[in-house]
Amino acid sequence: MLNPFKWGLKKSPWVFHLGASACNNCDIEILDCLTPKFDIERFGIVLTGSPRHADVLLVSGIVNRQSIERFKRAYDQVPKPKLVVAIGVCACSADMFRDSYNFVRPVDEIIPVDVYVPGCPPKPEAIIAGIMKALGKIK
Amino acid sequence: MTDSLKLIFGYLIFPGLIFSAMVGMIACWIDRKVTARLQYRKGPPWYQPLADILKLLGKEMIVPEGVSNAVFLAAPLFGLSAAALVALILWQGNLDRSAGFIGDLIAALYLLTIPSLAMIIGGSSSRNPLSALGASREMKLILAYELPFTIAVFTIVVKAGSIMIGGVASHTAVLSVSGLIAFLVALLAAQAKMGFVPFDIAEAEQEIMAGPLLEYSGPGLALFKLTKDILFFVLPLFLITLFLGGIEVTTVAGIILAVLKYALILVLMVLIKNTNPRLKIDQAVRFFWGPVTLLAIAGFIFAVIGW
Repeated sequence: MLNPFKWGLKKSPWVFHLGASACNNCDIEILDCLTPKFDIERFGIVLTGSPRHADVLLVSGIVNRQSIERFKRAYDQVPKPKLVVAIGVCACSADMFRDSYNFVRPVDEIIPVDVYVPGCPPKPEAIIAGIMKALGKIK
Repeated sequence: MTDSLKLIFGYLIFPGLIFSAMVGMIACWIDRKVTARLQYRKGPPWYQPLADILKLLGKEMIVPEGVSNAVFLAAPLFGLSAAALVALILWQGNLDRSAGFIGDLIAALYLLTIPSLAMIIGGSSSRNPLSALGASREMKLILAYELPFTIAVFTIVVKAGSIMIGGVASHTAVLSVSGLIAFLVALLAAQAKMGFVPFDIAEAEQEIMAGPLLEYSGPGLALFKLTKDILFFVLPLFLITLFLGGIEVTTVAGIILAVLKYALILVLMVLIKNTNPRLKIDQAVRFFWGPVTLLAIAGFIFAVIGW
C-alpha cells in the first residue's frame, strides 16, 4: 500500500540551502540547478527560504567554530522527516581544511548525512542525482 | 434534516472545500507550468500542487517557543473555512439566481478578506521579526486595495441595480464603459489579494523569506497553501460573477463558456504576474490610493450617469 504522505515527500522535496562557511563555489552550483538548463522544478524541487519549510538540507562547506552552534540550530528547525545531502568535498570530508585551526568536526559527525556528493564543486547533474538518491532512501 | 445535510455536503464537498480546492490546484499547476514555459523551463508535472499539500500534511508541525498554541494553530483554519464558505455562496448564487439573501454580495466581500487576516494573525503570533514585518506589509496592502475594490464592486451594484449575487450575475457589466473600468480595477485588486507579483510584497521570498508563513511548517503551512489554492478558484469566480455575467452549468454550451471565462481571468492574472517586478510597499499603497482609486471613482460616476 502506497503511503500518500511518503509519495508526496518523494514528489515534492523542498530544499533548504545550509551554507556552513563554504567558499561560495558549491552554492553557485546549487543555484545553477534552478536555471532553465537543469530546471529542478521538473522533480517538484523548490528552493525555500526558511528551514521550517524544507525537507532536504543541502549542506556545503566546513563547519567552523563560529558556525557550529547555528548549524546545529538550523538542522533542529527542520521538521521531520528530513534528509541531508552533503554537497562538495568540504562537506563530505573537510578535504584540505582538515588541519585548519578553525575546523571543528566533519559534517557527518555533527548531524546524520544521507548522501555525499563529492566534487569541488560538484556538477549540477551530480547534485540533482544526489537529491534523487536521498529520496530513494524513503521507504 | 435533509436541508442541513445538503448544506454540510455543499460546504465540505461540492462546491465548497474539496471541489474548489481541486479546481484551485489545477489552476495553480497551470500557473506554475506557464511560468516555467515563459522562462524556457519544462515545469512541474500536473500532480505537483497535490503532492505539495500531501507532503506538508504528513510532516511534523513545529510551534515556535513562547508562542500561543491556540492562535498559531487556529489562524490557518480561519482562512481556510472562510475561503470555502465564499466558494459555496458564490456558486449557489450563480446556479440558482433567485436564491441567496439580500446583501450576500457584501457577505462575500467580507469573507474574502478573512484569508488575509488569517495571514496577519498567524504572522504576528509567530514571534519572528520577519513574520511580523510580513504581517505589517499585508495589513498595509489590505488597506491599500480594499478601497478601490469596494468602489469597483459598488459600481456594479449601481449598474445592475441589485445587491444580490444572483442579480449581478445576470448582468454582463464588462460591456459598458463603467463596467470595463471597474473590471480593470477589480482585477488589479484581486492580484493583490492573491499575493501575486507585482503585489507579493508580504511574502517577498527574496527579502523576508516567506513573510507571515516563515515559522509555519507541516499541516499549518499546508492549510495556508490550500487556502491560496481555493482563492485561486474563488477570486476569478467572483470576478466572473460581477463582471462577465456569471456562469451556468445546466447546458454544455454554458459549461464551455464558464471554462472559457475562467481561463480568460487566469491568463490575465498569470500574464500580469510574469511580466512585472515586485513593487515596494509604499509604491503599492500610492498606486492603489492614487491612480487606481481615481479610476474606480470615475467608473462609479459613469455608472451613476448611466454609461
